[in-house]
Amino acid sequence: MALTPVLAPFDIQVDSSEIAVRDALAQVLIGLGPLDLDIEEAGTVELVLAEALNNIVEHAYGPDDHTGTIKIGCYHQSNGIHLRIEDDGVMMPEGKLPLGRPQDLEGDMMDLPEGGFGWFLIQDLAKDVCYERVGDSNRLDLRLAIALGDAD
Amino acid sequence: MELTSEKEPKMLIVTVQEARIDAASALQFKDEIRRVTEGGVDPVLLDLHHVEFIDSSGLGAIVAAMKHLAPERQLVLAGFTPTVEKVFKLTRMDTVFSIFSRVEDGIAALQRKEA
Repeated sequence: MALTPVLAPFDIQVDSSEIAVRDALAQVLIGLGPLDLDIEEAGTVELVLAEALNNIVEHAYGPDDHTGTIKIGCYHQSNGIHLRIEDDGVMMPEGKLPLGRPQDLEGDMMDLPEGGFGWFLIQDLAKDVCYERVGDSNRLDLRLAIALGDAD
Repeated sequence: MELTSEKEPKMLIVTVQEARIDAASALQFKDEIRRVTEGGVDPVLLDLHHVEFIDSSGLGAIVAAMKHLAPERQLVLAGFTPTVEKVFKLTRMDTVFSIFSRVEDGIAALQRKEA
């Protein structure tokens, strides 16, 4: 007999803006409430999702387009939390996932990078990161190995 | 983005009075820290104990603040919460900054320093 999942899958949708990203993060964390994540785990979810959403706001739609929508789907399995993030903005460069290499911090302090950490953080913290251009939409799937083993 | 500043012997303590430094507030943070540190000469201790969340934009804004104060003035970070600490560790930015988990320790270290 299958156990009842702890968390029912849920979807949220927000407009593309920096402030709406905050709203989306808050909604997802509330949605994950039944999993009873600790501060560390909730921080990982919030950070990965924030980087993915900020990237959409800044690059897929661009800073001036607040008419775009971002959809986030979330479900929980025994191997973690699965997120699907979709937007109708421009394609990733070359239709591929950025490499997300760590930044070079050697050399003069004045040359330290002030950006470009986002994809590194996503690739470092998330598993099975997969990007696909589907028609006129971008679809990013990823898994966070958090809240393991107590679903299905 | 509210920052408060307090003049102490040998340092200026700047406290972030917000729970987040993120893409929505990074620009304001950069402007505010320039404003509150303007005209001073002492090292700056940035008290982050109210900050529960920082993203890569917020991290970039803190790096920009450090560069703005350098080379004359050091920027020391103190009062790290778990998520802030995680971002600095993962990006290895913890190797670039002087960081104190507890604000008191950061203050003590700056006070011990020869002017």
